Amino acid sequence: MWDFFATLRDTLWSTLFDVAPILAILIVFQTAVLRRKVPDLRRIVAGFALVLAGLTLFLIGLQEALFPIGETMVRQLTAPEMIGLERLADGVNWTDYLLVYAFAAAIGFSTTIAEPSLIAVALKAEAVSGGAVRAWGLRIAVASGAAVGVSLGCFRIVTGTPLPWYIIAAYAVVIMQTFVSSRSIIPLAYDSGGVTTSTVTVPVVAALGLGLAATVPGRSPLIDGFGLIAFTAVFPIMSVLGYAMATSHISRRRRGSAGAGGKSRS
Amino acid sequence: MSAAGVLGAALGRFAGAVRDLAPIIAVIVFFQVVVLQQPFPELGRVLVGLACVLAGLAMFIQGLEMGLFPLGEAMAGAFARKGSLTALFAFAFGLGFGTTVAEPALIAIADEAAGVAAEAGAIAASEAAKKAYAFNLRMVVAVAVGAAIVLGVLRIIKGWPIHVFIIGGYILVTIMTAFAPVEIIGVAYDSGGVTTSTITVPLVTALGVGLAQSIRGRNPMVDGFGLIAFASLTPIIFVLVYGMLA
Repeated sequence: MWDFFATLRDTLWSTLFDVAPILAILIVFQTAVLRRKVPDLRRIVAGFALVLAGLTLFLIGLQEALFPIGETMVRQLTAPEMIGLERLADGVNWTDYLLVYAFAAAIGFSTTIAEPSLIAVALKAEAVSGGAVRAWGLRIAVASGAAVGVSLGCFRIVTGTPLPWYIIAAYAVVIMQTFVSSRSIIPLAYDSGGVTTSTVTVPVVAALGLGLAATVPGRSPLIDGFGLIAFTAVFPIMSVLGYAMATSHISRRRRGSAGAGGKSRS
Repeated sequence: MSAAGVLGAALGRFAGAVRDLAPIIAVIVFFQVVVLQQPFPELGRVLVGLACVLAGLAMFIQGLEMGLFPLGEAMAGAFARKGSLTALFAFAFGLGFGTTVAEPALIAIADEAAGVAAEAGAIAASEAAKKAYAFNLRMVVAVAVGAAIVLGVLRIIKGWPIHVFIIGGYILVTIMTAFAPVEIIGVAYDSGGVTTSTITVPLVTALGVGLAQSIRGRNPMVDGFGLIAFASLTPIIFVLVYGMLA
């Protein structure tokens, strides 16, 4: 049995420390500048307390359960013994790491689905769009983009090709998609890039990048370990724009027989 | 709300959290059992951790809808009624800067970046030089996010189309990449992703949507979203500039 309460105390403390600047800004502006009564203040304070307590528990759970397993898995999957020493003897071939790309895609997808900030933005988007954007549809689109991004980012680390090629090419695709997308989805799509990379995704993806760069012969974690987060942040923009193009195409074909939008989250 | 109603709502949130985390559990179990063929180390501890993650996520989502969203929107509405742009911009900058400067992911990446810079010989390999470099980098990113929220809020007020800014930013990043030192590029690209924390995102999103709802002629879908996009693009540009000057 590990010392649960010591972990709880430390994590609560560090969460409070992280949130302190936000709280200070909110309180200063609310009391000194706006000086307007916040409607339903007790409920908001209770909500804030729930957010803090929830985030603390969430972080403890991640540190105790998910991150250690994730790190061990990354180490084992990228170990030269796992790849096969005799295959690595005649130089690194990108096909030696197929299992790593599969793991990268799976972990990119699943950590993004669990990302609280993405859940928040998806709920907001569903409410604001009056159900035209479905929360789950958006989250799955973002997570698929993240899966492709993390996987391709691992391919880049294995092959040692320059990072800017990929990111700038991704920018070019996003720019082209922007010109054929509906104006109302573009801001949300751009947002989904930044939203993906948060509490769950960043530590796992960063560990994957550093672990891979440390074990692939000829790569340095200091130089090649960076960049995976950038991949995770760009590819969801592409997939959300693609998802919006696909759904508007489908709804155009089905117009007239549209069903009532249901709530996808209880 | 009755006790049964509260309990029902809590169970609903918990079920939602189970669904959110099911993919990650499936991936880990699959790779551990089928691919790596290994038992779980410290299974008890893992299960307790998992229970914490589930309960934490359920509480977070509940608190989000009770606290963060209504607060962000109420403040956006109050700023719109007050009509002082200076106050709104100061708030926007403070929110961006304040939430980024203490962000743990940014602190971690800034320390690693200092290691890279020392390795590449861009700065002295001493502890003091690395600390100063990491601190300056954090400040640069925090100012970048503050500036991003200010610019994003200005865009909402004016109703300017977002893609002009984002595409302009992409082109700027592409040009600067050609001139920036190689070792800073990975750090710069990654810095855009690490700045948006779990509490910042809901607050900033509610602020943007709330502003777009309170200003006549603005549409919350077209104008309200996009603040996070600015906050993930400006750090790349600012860090590239820092890399060229430092």
